[in-house]
Amino acid sequence: MQTPVNYLARKHWKQTGTIALIGSIYLLSSWILKFDGLTGIVAIPKAFSWLGINFKPTANSIHFLPTIWQKLIGTVLLAIASTVVASFIAIFVALIGAKATGGNALVQTVVRGIASFFRNIPLVAWAMILLFSFKQSDFTGFLALLLMSVGYLIRAFMEIIEDEASETMLALKATGASYFQVIFQAVLPQIMPSLISWILYMIENNVRDATLVGILTGTGIGFVFDIYYKSFRFDAAGMTVLSIIVVVIVLEVLSNQIRKVIL
Amino acid sequence: MISNSDERLLTQPKSPKPNKIKLRNPSLSSYMITGVITFLILTTAYTLTHLDAANVKIGSAFSGLMMTLNQMFLQPSAGSDGIVMLLQALGISLLLSIMTTIIGAVVGFFLAVMASKNLTNAWLGSGIRVFMAIVRAIPTIIWVLIFSIVCGLGTNAAILGLSFHSVAYLTKAYSESIEEIDQSTIEALKVTGSKFWVIVFQAIWPTIIASLVSWTFIRLEINFANAVAVGAAAGAGGIGYQLFVASGMSFDFHEVGMIVYLIIAVAILLEFIAVKLRKAYIAK
Repeated sequence: MQTPVNYLARKHWKQTGTIALIGSIYLLSSWILKFDGLTGIVAIPKAFSWLGINFKPTANSIHFLPTIWQKLIGTVLLAIASTVVASFIAIFVALIGAKATGGNALVQTVVRGIASFFRNIPLVAWAMILLFSFKQSDFTGFLALLLMSVGYLIRAFMEIIEDEASETMLALKATGASYFQVIFQAVLPQIMPSLISWILYMIENNVRDATLVGILTGTGIGFVFDIYYKSFRFDAAGMTVLSIIVVVIVLEVLSNQIRKVIL
Repeated sequence: MISNSDERLLTQPKSPKPNKIKLRNPSLSSYMITGVITFLILTTAYTLTHLDAANVKIGSAFSGLMMTLNQMFLQPSAGSDGIVMLLQALGISLLLSIMTTIIGAVVGFFLAVMASKNLTNAWLGSGIRVFMAIVRAIPTIIWVLIFSIVCGLGTNAAILGLSFHSVAYLTKAYSESIEEIDQSTIEALKVTGSKFWVIVFQAIWPTIIASLVSWTFIRLEINFANAVAVGAAAGAGGIGYQLFVASGMSFDFHEVGMIVYLIIAVAILLEFIAVKLRKAYIAK
């Protein structure tokens, strides 16, 4: 019989078990990876003091500012363009694949599979494959971000359609409206705020990912940082990081304000 | 006598003016949506027309890409490294992501408790939030590169860099879940004289456990992708490094295909576990 004492004892054992399991996973991983937690903790203040000394932008690094900002703005534009093109593709695929608006079960499964496939191919793989064919150009970065975003947005848009538009779809179908009338007059306007919210999130995310793509493919802000970093011009690298922080936080605040108005 | 020809009776009821039916109510929200869409499309059009394609012939580049993709996805092979080594590297990447997620979850939870508006004083809370926003704004890869100067290139730098970003991400996610809790629960416990950590572990923890688990697993998926990425771009080892070598140095695209399939398999497995766990906790 379930008595309170019984229940508490079981809960106690469950909690102890979970903590022990997580702790042993941690210890096992740190043993295999040869990670010393103590050295790690010591390294954090060291890293910050090093950052404070070396990454501090000096008067000299003002000279780098125009180059940095030019590349940074280019990167933001690239992130926006890839997200917008990706969302155009994703919305149509999502309409085909969603349960409420789409085809039969087979089509849905295929769309889900394709989305999952695209989403899970690592960005590194896209960047390196595209670099091989498209060389060191902005177009490479654009395509890598585009292919990555498409997978994410298809999944997000499908969930939005199913959450928000299933009932609308049924109600309007009952009135005898044609499929395209329902989609363009009811479904799309209804889900538009959530779509934009996701698109804004994806833009923020792509600006951050563009740094990684840039380091790998030699484009945009990632390339600039990589050059400064590898040639030990740390003050300029610090300036680059500072600029990235400013841009990402401005984007985040801006999109939060937009979200507050539209949602 | 009432005659049918009575003018007053014959007058047709005046039909109301055929006004156009207003389909949409203009509001600030709809203006904002139109504005944002217009801005985004114009920016995209400008960017795409000014894109520097470095004189690459698009047609031949695409046919080259198709050939590469064909080699990758239709003829994958373990290449010179052998499948055992690739699986080992995959295991290292997976461990890296699990470990950094554990660190991120534990540290992130305590920071989230201290950063939540409904639990602590405003100064400490907003201080932590601002600091975490700055940490989050710096891409993971740059954190790893910064730490690799202090502790040398390798897994240690990767663990620290990934953990840093995870802590910042999870602190925000957790503290948002904590702030959604009904204030009366906390006040009721405060009245009984419960200590701060008793409130946290007996009232807050059980209430938000579902969203905690769900956020942690989302972060695990992100960390796995990041572990692959930093392996490639910062030489931190694991499957990402193998991927970088195969695609950027030895140009063995059959091996790239194999590596990508392995990564996809793990990523889909993680996604599957996350979905199952989320369902289990929501059902409770």
